Amino acid sequence: MGGPYKLLRTRSAAAVSAALALGLVAGCGGGSDSGTGGGRSKDGKVTITMGLFGVMGFKETDLLDRYMKENPNVTIKAEVAGDEQTYYTALQTHLAAGSGLKDIQGIEIGRAKELVDTQADKFVDLSDVPGTDHFLPWKLNQVTTSKGKVIGLGTDIGPMAVCYRKDLFKQAGLPTDREEVGRLWEGDWSKFVDVGKEFKSSSKDDKVAYIDSASGLFNAMVYGASKQYYNEKGDLIYQDNPVVKEAWATASEAATSGLTAKLRQFQPGWDPGLANGTFAATVCPAWMLAHISEKSGAANKGKWDVAKAPKGANWGGSFLGVLEKSPVKEEAKKLVAWLTAPEQQEYLFKKLGNFPSSAKALKSPGVAEAKSEYFSGAPIGKIFGTAAQEIPDKQVLGRKDGTIKDIFSQGLTLIESQNQSPDKAWATTDKRIEKATG
Amino acid sequence: MVTSGSVPHADGTQNIPAGAVKAPGVSGDGDRPRQGRRNLLHRLDIKGAPYAFIAPFFIVFAAFGFYPLLYTFWISLHHVELASMNLMEWRGFGNYTELWQDDRFWNALSNTFTIGVLSTVPQLLMALGLAHLLNYRLRGSTFFRVAALTPYATSVGAAALVFTMLFERDFGLINWMLSLVGIDNVDWENNKWAAQSAISVIVIWRWTGYNALLYLAAMQAIPRDRYEAAAIDGASRWQQFTKVTVPGIRSTILFTIVLSTIGATQLFGEPLIFGQGPNGVTGGADNQYQTLGLLLYEEGWKNYQMGRAATVAWAMFLLLILIFALQRVLKRFTSRKS
Repeated sequence: MGGPYKLLRTRSAAAVSAALALGLVAGCGGGSDSGTGGGRSKDGKVTITMGLFGVMGFKETDLLDRYMKENPNVTIKAEVAGDEQTYYTALQTHLAAGSGLKDIQGIEIGRAKELVDTQADKFVDLSDVPGTDHFLPWKLNQVTTSKGKVIGLGTDIGPMAVCYRKDLFKQAGLPTDREEVGRLWEGDWSKFVDVGKEFKSSSKDDKVAYIDSASGLFNAMVYGASKQYYNEKGDLIYQDNPVVKEAWATASEAATSGLTAKLRQFQPGWDPGLANGTFAATVCPAWMLAHISEKSGAANKGKWDVAKAPKGANWGGSFLGVLEKSPVKEEAKKLVAWLTAPEQQEYLFKKLGNFPSSAKALKSPGVAEAKSEYFSGAPIGKIFGTAAQEIPDKQVLGRKDGTIKDIFSQGLTLIESQNQSPDKAWATTDKRIEKATG
Repeated sequence: MVTSGSVPHADGTQNIPAGAVKAPGVSGDGDRPRQGRRNLLHRLDIKGAPYAFIAPFFIVFAAFGFYPLLYTFWISLHHVELASMNLMEWRGFGNYTELWQDDRFWNALSNTFTIGVLSTVPQLLMALGLAHLLNYRLRGSTFFRVAALTPYATSVGAAALVFTMLFERDFGLINWMLSLVGIDNVDWENNKWAAQSAISVIVIWRWTGYNALLYLAAMQAIPRDRYEAAAIDGASRWQQFTKVTVPGIRSTILFTIVLSTIGATQLFGEPLIFGQGPNGVTGGADNQYQTLGLLLYEEGWKNYQMGRAATVAWAMFLLLILIFALQRVLKRFTSRKS
């Protein structure tokens, strides 16, 4: 008479297996997810999470630790993604899914417009945070919606200069003094290419290229204009924008004349190129100095110097935004205000070279009179400060700026490394942008 | 009393009078309702339990296989952006016709095919040779077998990253070694065939050992006496290999070919990491090693066009079905011939 028991056993086994399957499916839904990982415990302790990219400096220096020390009830957990594109893709996915977000998210300038246009309701309005009137006038405009909502506070900006190797310039018979070097190409990027031709013809080592990549040059030229790929109405204008056309022509001339090392910035090959001196100069936004000094290493200290770029331009710069979903909004707002305050911006500049977006910090002696020991004592505060003033006050951003920038970089690679004609490469680039924006 | 679960299915339903189920309402007999309930339970058990047992597979498949498949198809009929997934604009089959006319699709398809051939053919041949060697009695055979499987245990990311460094243009180990024999710097990333070969090398390195072990297992199932018989007949080692070993593991070879084909169609991680950054997503500046998987990724996670990405996904799915159908037709054709 084992019947009933057997029955019971099969029955419960069936129930268990069905329940298990349902549980498996339900478990993946993650219904209990509060969203940002941050929160408040019963004893009043607050946890704030941050999602950052590149070298924004907060985690790399002791700033977060300092804040936690001054506010013992706050714990900050910051996650840093190296590559901005990877970071932004994840951020997009998280915003769409409504989970996996942090309390505070970094926003790169190339994505600012897209977030302002499409995701502004997911960010907290920071326009009413006290003590945030110290930024450069154009900085916060870039993350302000048409209704006046500010979705982020500015961290750094990227005024540009030219970083060059004195020893490599010297062997090619070029001047090495930063004033003289700056005068070589003053006022016009095409002069910068001419200097490159001179470098190439008189360089004793034909393995050393003049610059690393044509795309760095292209970016510097484009980002010096107030209108780049879009107009104020949000229409694409790159095809007819003389600035873009001229930048393309100049950059492709540098590429076809063999002035570049055919490297891609921030990709493999570029770092060892910095360390081994396979190129003599690179157009460098202020935030790149930290990268150059780190990758070139102690052996090359004092060989690098910084000269003024032909024209002022701004490449990059970031913001910190607070998510509406965050359970600790007020604390996160306070943290963001503190991290972007003039004192902290000044500190980050001294530590890493991230150039302040705060007008107040720019005027402080710590920034204005700063010199970089690594770059042969170059007065980087003055050089980048002057460049920052040349940046047009009004910069028209577009939704897909970041993507378009990447597509143009690839288009120049077609000329540099695949020996395609500039016209053919432009046609390909044009088609790709159409795909990416359509 | 109901006997037990051993009652044949059909009998179980027939034996129970129709009235028994309705019993509670029909009669006042105290024992009959209980029996009726039992009967009901029993019937439920007989009929329902099997479904409950197979439920896990079907529920999981429905949730993670079938539903995504259908939803992907639904998305592929729309214009949708990742940033605004709730705004869907009906496009019908517009995405499909657009894809059909898109050079990038045909380019990615041909790249997927060439990288697939470049990686699968040498891989399986090498695996066959390796398995043959491992099949000999040799000292430390376990060690060699484990060693053959090590690459398989490495993550795609780690392997691809290391190979990318080896294939680096200016300071990579492989170019340095080539320079010793007088071959000048090869631009592994920008040259189309060099890039595709380099990616194939990563795939080959990872999967050869795994396939070799599959072959080895099949080889060991071949009875020894066949070899003895062949040897008595005067077959050489090579003849033994081609006439006894290969026919003996035919079904396994077929299995690995199917597996590798599926793997090659889905090739994604290796080229993505090989390209690094923006170039990885597009499979090189000229899309010279963009596979279908990468095209899907580019549409979805660079252009943020989920509709078009879903279309690529469905195109890949249809492609696999097409290959499967072709293979069936071919098989029927060849078997009829023989």
